[in-house]
Amino acid sequence: MCGIAGLFLKNKALEPQLGALMSGMLNVLTERGPDSAGFAIYGAAMPGYVKFTVRVPFGFNAADLALQLEAVVTEHDDHVVISVPTARAAEIQAFLEKRPEFTIVSIGSRMELFKGVGLPEEVSARFGLASMSGTHAIGHTRMATESAVTTEGAHPFSTGADQCLVHNGSLSNHNDVRRSLVRQGIKFATQNDTEVAAGYLSYKLREGAKLDEALTSALNDLDGFYNFVVGTESGFGVLRDPVSCKPAVMAETGDYVAFASEYRALAGLPGIEAARLFEPEPAKVYFWERAA
Amino acid sequence: MSAVLPKNMESTVNFDLAAASLRELNATLQSLSPDTNQTAWTILNPRGEHALAVGITVPVSVTINGHAGYYCAGMNDGAAVTINGNVGTGVAENMMSGLVHVKGDASQSAGATAHGGLLIIDGNASARCGISMKGIDIVVKGNVGHMSAFMAQSGNFVICGDAGDALGDSLYEARIFVKGKVASLGADCEKKEMTEEDKTILANLLQKAGIEDSVESFTRYGSARTLYHFHVDNVGAY
Repeated sequence: MCGIAGLFLKNKALEPQLGALMSGMLNVLTERGPDSAGFAIYGAAMPGYVKFTVRVPFGFNAADLALQLEAVVTEHDDHVVISVPTARAAEIQAFLEKRPEFTIVSIGSRMELFKGVGLPEEVSARFGLASMSGTHAIGHTRMATESAVTTEGAHPFSTGADQCLVHNGSLSNHNDVRRSLVRQGIKFATQNDTEVAAGYLSYKLREGAKLDEALTSALNDLDGFYNFVVGTESGFGVLRDPVSCKPAVMAETGDYVAFASEYRALAGLPGIEAARLFEPEPAKVYFWERAA
Repeated sequence: MSAVLPKNMESTVNFDLAAASLRELNATLQSLSPDTNQTAWTILNPRGEHALAVGITVPVSVTINGHAGYYCAGMNDGAAVTINGNVGTGVAENMMSGLVHVKGDASQSAGATAHGGLLIIDGNASARCGISMKGIDIVVKGNVGHMSAFMAQSGNFVICGDAGDALGDSLYEARIFVKGKVASLGADCEKKEMTEEDKTILANLLQKAGIEDSVESFTRYGSARTLYHFHVDNVGAY
């Protein structure tokens, strides 16, 4: 099963409520995915700085790391967000990659990515989602089918700087695609099918494809059933497989564009009664982006 | 809430899902006796809940004021259910008799496997509308998605807009009438001549759905009947 929620705000006045609205959407989607949850949230960028979201061990001391790295470290349960000047990004990344107790969850100027095992309500509360603000967010509630219930198997999966992927469905050729991608140097941490889709997009982007081109080629190369929602620095994209068994509904008003697996998850959004509701068409790439 | 009115006092009963549970609603509607005087019901605050007004077996009218989730009015047997909004997957699935009228759009598998009654969708229906229909009449005023009428066995399916890919794939004996364009026909579905009997059926359904289009503006599709009969030449494939 699994549930997906995406919310892209057009009205700046709603930005302080982004986390609370996303949290509400994820709670409703608990019935579609009670075993893990996660979300990526796009907040304000600090010019000249890059953010690392890093999963850390229990009992970790963030203050020590902040001193050691001479960086701003914000704690969110078992994740920390480390902000460093862009010029130091490579140095910090190398440092984090050498330390096995750290897992880099995402890198980006705006995106922070949090995920964990447990009911969506608990996961959101642990990370403090309800008080987060931003321009857009995508979230996921997981009911595992293709691999174990672990934090690594939870969504979203990062596909590059400021970019992530969530998935509802299951891929049938993920082992084959994973083998091909490994030969191309793409690294995988799990046996999860969605991680393969994320790796596939990373690979295509690395080879020079634009995100919409990478999604279009996924239609040919990824077999199975899927709704993908992709978060980018400036917006989000949606792709459904040609058979489109997995449910999807979208709502658009003057204030926002929202995606959900079920309308129930949209029902709590402000002004939803007057929204234009539609179902994304099969095998068609959709994008909503904020003007730069 | 479960309002109990004195017998012989007909009026519309409002059922507010913000104040009572979905289970309470369905239990109330399912326990109505055939001679109930509470024949008109309005459901408030549906908020996309699933399985709204399912399994009603008495001829009451139910109006849902808002969007509904999956399987709305499923297994309906005699009620007239109107949805003032959109519906999710499987509206009127396995309907036996009665009327289900969706004022907005319907998601996939609308009218799936239904044996009877009439399903009217004022907007569009997405994929697999009328899949495996077994006697229901379906009128969609907008477009339908891909694989509509897949393995449709009997009944009549009127599409006033366009149809997506693979219309009527592996079709049995359902009749399909399309006014707009068909993206592609599925295996064993073909264009047919419109017979007098077809015209009568179509005219009747258009009239019931309040559509003024002429019967001549529709094209009739049906089964080429090459797939579902045993054919000795194919014996090696079985």
